[in-house]
Amino acid sequence: MASTDQDISLSASETLAHARRVDAQRKTRARWILLSPALILIGLFGLMPLSITLVYSFLKPGSFGGVEWVFSLDAYIQFIAQRDIFDDTLSVNWSYLSIFSRSIGLSLGATIGALILGFPTAYFIASKPADQRNFWLFLITLPFWTNLLIRTYAMLLIIRDQGVINTGLMSLGITEAPIEILYTDTAVFIGLIYSYLPFMVLPLYASLEKLDLRLIEAAYDLYASRFRVLTNVILPLAKPGIVAGCILVFIPGLGAYITPELLGGGKKLMIGNLIAIQFGSSRNWPFGSAAALILMAVVMVALLLYVRHSAKEGHSHG
Amino acid sequence: MPVTQNMNQLKPTVLAKNDADEVPAISVQGLVKTFGHSSNQITALDDVSIDIQQNEFFTLLGPSGCGKTTLLRLIAGFELPDSGTVLLHGEGIEHLPPHMRPVNTVFQSYALFPHISVADNIGFGLRMLGWDKAKITNAVEKMLDMVRLSDLANRQPDQLSGGQQQRVALARALAPAPRVLLLDEPLAALDLKLRKEMQIELKRLQDQTGITFVFVTHDQEEALTMSDRIAVMSAGRVLQVGQPKEIYNAPEHRFVADFIGDINVLPGQVKHRQNGKLVVMIAGGSEVHLPDDGIQSDSLFVAVRPEKATLAKSGTGALSGVVNNIVFFGSGTNIHVSLSDGVDFVVQTQGSETGLSLGDAVSVNFADSAAKVLRN
Repeated sequence: MASTDQDISLSASETLAHARRVDAQRKTRARWILLSPALILIGLFGLMPLSITLVYSFLKPGSFGGVEWVFSLDAYIQFIAQRDIFDDTLSVNWSYLSIFSRSIGLSLGATIGALILGFPTAYFIASKPADQRNFWLFLITLPFWTNLLIRTYAMLLIIRDQGVINTGLMSLGITEAPIEILYTDTAVFIGLIYSYLPFMVLPLYASLEKLDLRLIEAAYDLYASRFRVLTNVILPLAKPGIVAGCILVFIPGLGAYITPELLGGGKKLMIGNLIAIQFGSSRNWPFGSAAALILMAVVMVALLLYVRHSAKEGHSHG
Repeated sequence: MPVTQNMNQLKPTVLAKNDADEVPAISVQGLVKTFGHSSNQITALDDVSIDIQQNEFFTLLGPSGCGKTTLLRLIAGFELPDSGTVLLHGEGIEHLPPHMRPVNTVFQSYALFPHISVADNIGFGLRMLGWDKAKITNAVEKMLDMVRLSDLANRQPDQLSGGQQQRVALARALAPAPRVLLLDEPLAALDLKLRKEMQIELKRLQDQTGITFVFVTHDQEEALTMSDRIAVMSAGRVLQVGQPKEIYNAPEHRFVADFIGDINVLPGQVKHRQNGKLVVMIAGGSEVHLPDDGIQSDSLFVAVRPEKATLAKSGTGALSGVVNNIVFFGSGTNIHVSLSDGVDFVVQTQGSETGLSLGDAVSVNFADSAAKVLRN
């Protein structure tokens, strides 16, 4: 009797194991089926264009746009150096590097500007009663109802020499001649802040909204002045939001096209414009591809450095 | 500045409590605080005056919404009073912001800073006071030792258990040696066993530091076991202030009697007053003789603690009734008796054997001295 019991229990456990295996297989299959639309989209419209860009950057430009299928590193060399037309020697070409560094500078400036403007805004919204916050968030997202191009044109009308600001200042007698803002770096800077401010406010709000107000009271109770409550408690706790906001402003700002094109007048180039020109009037697709990839590489390295740094910091906490 | 006082300079243990000559540690006078606007205004504090003596363990006791936490927040400075004064050792502080007041708070939620270590949490107040690093390290070590958490100095708060977090919160609030420590239901989130341990720990810390503790709780047992004195609050008013024994044995108010422990409340009518005695007719028709403390109304309430009453065979006592429930609770048994007029009366006996069963007719007895007259 005992042995039969054992047999039965053994086969029962085998059946159970088999059932579990089948169930696990079914789950894996279901997971892939559910993921496939997203994977197909990412593959088709994300990875493939990127691969084409990568391949093109190592080819020679065709005379009327497009590429010639001949391997060449010229596109990358051209970015940092220029070839003398007489003796073929290479010397450093600062013009593209300066566009690159200007882009980084402007975008960084806009990020800091957006942070300074966005933090009080986000704090204001987060400190409103819960039922009013959605209204204020709605106001933040209101600009997205209109196309960025239209909004940038509107901006152009405001800051140009005959615009609202300058006519206003002159009619008040504050200035005699219009202050030149349009087609300067200042215009691009203002435009970038304006365009990307909501991307700063929203993640900041998300982290400030979670902030436990009792922590602020606790700090205040422990002899911290308002300023030190901000620097010792609020800012460190809002750090994830600050980082997310900065990334969301800095990266699109770096590749901005419309803002420098319209407000910079096409004279003050940023990388986005440089790339656009290569695919348009300059008909140098490989160079455009190379510039796009260099931009991407810089952003990726910066992000990786940050992730490594914060992982280390998180580890030391652990 | 008293807050910069070093822990070493603190008066150690054994200090005369409730010394009448001393200036009260906290004296609030005529505090009024309302929230909201005209149409739906809530009065959180309605003319509250209390004196809390130095080195006292003083408890504000009451149900949620009675105003006890608001009173604590007014002392801490998180709220400003509509009118009234808050004196700390005789000095008016009601106009000062929290970071200028030498009082510290232990929050119900602990409110530990999640981004810094246990040691940095404890040292936070000292850093804000501008102590130099060596002194802070020293003081933090002492505090860690005092709350027995020296091993966990470098942990993050979220790596600690509830009881450990509680002790860090205590150490953080005690580190700057405040004149008064405010505790806002600090034990409410702990389980029963841990709560009992922390009650003892809190008393020990109070003895050791000699700091005045103002403790807010809705748990009457906690209040009775820990406090030097208790203020029972209800609906924004202080109903009675006294030592735990006074509050328990001589509640002056029906609310206090009901709130502190179990009590039987019987409606009664004054039959006559003579020689400073009240002769009160209570439900069921028996008479009780009570001291006349000048109560005006002829209809009043008489309260008797369950453990002060006894049961006897039917027909031999003052009140008669029928046993309708027997509840065993470990160290004793509660016998619920339905009196002849329908009022429920609970009698507490020792042990588990009562020799009674449901439906038995019994008599309830209690001495005149066990009965208290309550103001409604």
